[in-house]
Amino acid sequence: MRSDVIDAPLTEDIVLPSRPEGKRRARTSRQYRVRSRTARVVLYVLLTIATIPFVYPVLWMVFSSFKPASEIFAVPPSIFPENWTTAAWPLVFTENPFLLQYANSLYIAVVVTVLTIIVAALAGYAFARITFPLAGPMFLLLLSGMMLPTEVTVIPIFQWANGLGLIDTHWPLILLPVFGSGGIVATFIFRQFFLSLPVELEEAARIDGLGRVGIFCRIALPLAGPAIATVAILQFLRSFNMYYEALIFLKTPAMFTVGLGLTRYEDVYGEPMWSTQLAATTLTVIPVLVVFLFAQRQFVESLSRTGIK
Amino acid sequence: MVGLAFVAPMVLGVIALCLIPFLYVIWYSLHDWDIFTGAFDFVGLGNYQRLLTDAVAHKSLGVTGVFMIALMVVNIVFAMLLALLVNQRLRGITAFRAIYFSPVVVAIVAWVIIWQFLLAVNGGVNGFLATVGIQGPNWLNDPNTALISIVIIQVFKGVGMNMVLFLAALQGIPPELKEAARIDGASPWRSFWSVTLPLMSPTLLLVMILTSIGALDVFAPIQVLTQGGPSNSTLVFSYYMYQTAFERQEFGYGSTLGVVLFVIVLLMTALQWRLRKAWVHDEV
Repeated sequence: MRSDVIDAPLTEDIVLPSRPEGKRRARTSRQYRVRSRTARVVLYVLLTIATIPFVYPVLWMVFSSFKPASEIFAVPPSIFPENWTTAAWPLVFTENPFLLQYANSLYIAVVVTVLTIIVAALAGYAFARITFPLAGPMFLLLLSGMMLPTEVTVIPIFQWANGLGLIDTHWPLILLPVFGSGGIVATFIFRQFFLSLPVELEEAARIDGLGRVGIFCRIALPLAGPAIATVAILQFLRSFNMYYEALIFLKTPAMFTVGLGLTRYEDVYGEPMWSTQLAATTLTVIPVLVVFLFAQRQFVESLSRTGIK
Repeated sequence: MVGLAFVAPMVLGVIALCLIPFLYVIWYSLHDWDIFTGAFDFVGLGNYQRLLTDAVAHKSLGVTGVFMIALMVVNIVFAMLLALLVNQRLRGITAFRAIYFSPVVVAIVAWVIIWQFLLAVNGGVNGFLATVGIQGPNWLNDPNTALISIVIIQVFKGVGMNMVLFLAALQGIPPELKEAARIDGASPWRSFWSVTLPLMSPTLLLVMILTSIGALDVFAPIQVLTQGGPSNSTLVFSYYMYQTAFERQEFGYGSTLGVVLFVIVLLMTALQWRLRKAWVHDEV
């Protein structure tokens, strides 16, 4: 089951190549040193060809947002606009409340992330450190929750949200990721992390008269930086990319998340507004990519530490 | 008792938003539910009988299976190749790694929208194929190519994640072992199959689990690109369930499909347990 998913890679010491460490580096360099010049050229060519499906879509998106609609499907297709125009850009904000939708996505993602960290760190800490009645059954309960994706449980939740007047509010989008597989995975990550912390630290604090809550707040949580970073990245991305829940629970454009909003760029005749849609997509994608490029080491390390998307 | 208080928020939340709803799904699945008249009639296993003769549901199960296997194979092979490629000591290798990983952080809807344009009949992909003399198909509107298009979009979106996991595993292999294989006269090819791959089996299994779970979560591309068409060729099960419950308002039968979806997850979990016991080399 999926707890093992987290157990395995966390206990291994994963060494990432970008981290030059004396001994490891010496060994790997012997192992992987590319000897001949030709081999190196071949490798660079392969590496570059392999970037095409990852880079081309993004570049095409950015440049096409400056094309007039007639050029989007020009034959033969070209990446650069023939006639540059920014006509599509202002429409991003007038056809859809884009900024509001962006703000919705951001604040939901922040709330989801913070809530998850609090709830999951508490639970993960208790599972790792405290002996309490029913700990085993409760752990199993969380494990079984992992096998219930939103798609399975959505119908009753939709009915309840309807009865409580929570349709077209952000409540379902906030609560479902926290108390669904995302939050459960986060609990496992925290549990695994706290298991790896030396107990001595806490025992010293206990002798000094600190209670459980004090130890958690003052000792354990401040040391949990790496786990917090991993959970934060996972949950922020999960929430920011949420689509299914948004489609089901949200009805009015002002409440939409940015992802849902992107699919609604149509003119009054229901014709798609290609360039505008691409401009909005650009505005959605580029900030995230910029943050990623600045912090890519942290991203990659955090995610490979857990092995969970 | 403090422990109970610590786990209470998470456990109660999961009970309220996963387990209890699941019990309701089972209960609903035994009913015929007309949302317009409000009629909620117990029909026993009636919905399950309907499932047995529902050709669309059967087709949908087939599509889901094909999609899952295709995604797993393409994703894992490609991820392994990329991992081997970026596991070289070359200047600038980190940049390549970051590029292959970058779609992981891009919102799925945005990624899908871009590819919708690229896979159009006059889009970039066919334009590229035309330069090498191939007349590309109308990818998303042809029943023969629609599903594979979705696979391709999903693979490029997520392959970086698997690449990173494979890379970490590759770098965890003690160089002495490969050295020993080399001295014993093993070719690099042989050494990969006999030394590297067995040592990576825990990661390989992990990646398979993650990829298969990810394969169930393919709602956004289907909804944005094909709505299950053309001629149901991309009607994955979660999308069929969405159509039934939220477009046709058949919440009773939709719940039955939800139960089936759960059974799929359960079977996959069981299968993974078996695989793990039979196959994984060094268990941590």
